[in-house]
Amino acid sequence: MLAKKICKFFLLVSISFCFLSNSFAIEPYSFVQKTVDAASEALNKRISKEEKIEKLKIIAENSVDIRGIGYYSLGSHRKTITKKKEEEYFIIFKQYFLKSFSSRLAQYTDPKIRVNSQKKLNDKYTMVSSDLLSTTEKPEIKIDWRVVTKNPENPLIIDVVIEGVSLAKVQREEFNSIIQNSDNGIDGLLNNLREFVNKD
Amino acid sequence: MKRIFILIFLSSFLSVSVYAGSDGSNELSKKSDASVKKSDASVKDCFEGLNRGVFALNQGLDKVIFKPVAKAYRVLPVPVRTGTSNVLTNLSSLITIPNNVLQGQFKTAGVNTGRFLINTTVGILGIFNVAKKMGFSEYEKEDYGQTFGVWGMGSGCYLVLPVLGPSTIRDTAGSFVNVLGGDPYYNVSVHGNNEFLDKSDYIATKALTGIDFRAKNIESLENLEKNSMDFYASLKSLYLQDRQRKIANTKPRGNIEILYEGEWEEIESQ
Repeated sequence: MLAKKICKFFLLVSISFCFLSNSFAIEPYSFVQKTVDAASEALNKRISKEEKIEKLKIIAENSVDIRGIGYYSLGSHRKTITKKKEEEYFIIFKQYFLKSFSSRLAQYTDPKIRVNSQKKLNDKYTMVSSDLLSTTEKPEIKIDWRVVTKNPENPLIIDVVIEGVSLAKVQREEFNSIIQNSDNGIDGLLNNLREFVNKD
Repeated sequence: MKRIFILIFLSSFLSVSVYAGSDGSNELSKKSDASVKKSDASVKDCFEGLNRGVFALNQGLDKVIFKPVAKAYRVLPVPVRTGTSNVLTNLSSLITIPNNVLQGQFKTAGVNTGRFLINTTVGILGIFNVAKKMGFSEYEKEDYGQTFGVWGMGSGCYLVLPVLGPSTIRDTAGSFVNVLGGDPYYNVSVHGNNEFLDKSDYIATKALTGIDFRAKNIESLENLEKNSMDFYASLKSLYLQDRQRKIANTKPRGNIEILYEGEWEEIESQ
């Protein structure tokens, strides 16, 4: 009898945990919509460009897998980089990414993005489809977001695909070109990243 | 006879270039998504020094000529620019339709022919995109470079052409097909021997296509340049990714993620 009660208790606890974990899981679709709404709100505010950039940086830190993008951007060089250089790289890459990301976005005013659907690729990734709505000046642009869903409670954006062009891939090829054309290999890339971060 | 000779020369040039740019994976192969992925993923920049030189020249020309002209073009009222863009897009159907057929897309060829006929007649020489309002599917341009890619030809080395910009040996050869009889508009305007169109009309149309493209991308290119540490490499990647998608005939929306899936799995394995 006691054993039955204990079994029931554990069953109930397990079910509760199931519900609890499910209730914290965030749908990638809603996550992207929430992120673009936050970015749009920041861009629409009547504040200086510098203040907008700061707000966009905070949004990016909370919603983008910066370390994952940094890792991907290294391409095949991630296999040869030393631990020490890797840590150095991740520190400077984060600064580079936040500056580049916020500067790219800050030029837009009142962007209207409509999130349409999502497609689960596997347990790790989901693609979310959206459209940057057309204006009198510009046609509609298709934007797909690759979302890392390894931790369903904390999904993160790892790539943005604009009209079929992956921005992470562009960055990876740019980094690879810098490394290959530099006499100092990875150090050449680190110097370039530092220069970018420090320039006005 | 001369044309046949040029075609033979181009074909041999293509096959040699495919081999020259090969690292063992970039060879003529049967049409499949996998082959497209494999061949285009490894596009070699065999002439990087020269390409960077031409790229610098193009940037200079852009700064002095193309960008100012594109900015002046942007001063025109939106309806005028939209109408011009529609006419140019409609004219591009004359290259797209034969390429649809060559790629075996007979249904799309039919749709594009219908679109061209409606827009040319009801839409007054293509000024108005009536077909779109009638519910025709989204128009996707095709060219001979894409057709060569669909047939399984490797892209060969990456090239930067003076004035024209990013290309590959395959895509450059594809452009030659236009002037070897593959573009009906070229045939009519340059060799048509008629009182309505001549060579200058063809050149003006091509120049206007370039200006229209540049005008639509002023901010995007400025932004990309400002935020790039190696603008040459960024543009190269953009061009090659776009061509890869077009050759795989993948819609910008749909199964595009599959093109790069392996690379992301690689990250996971770390």
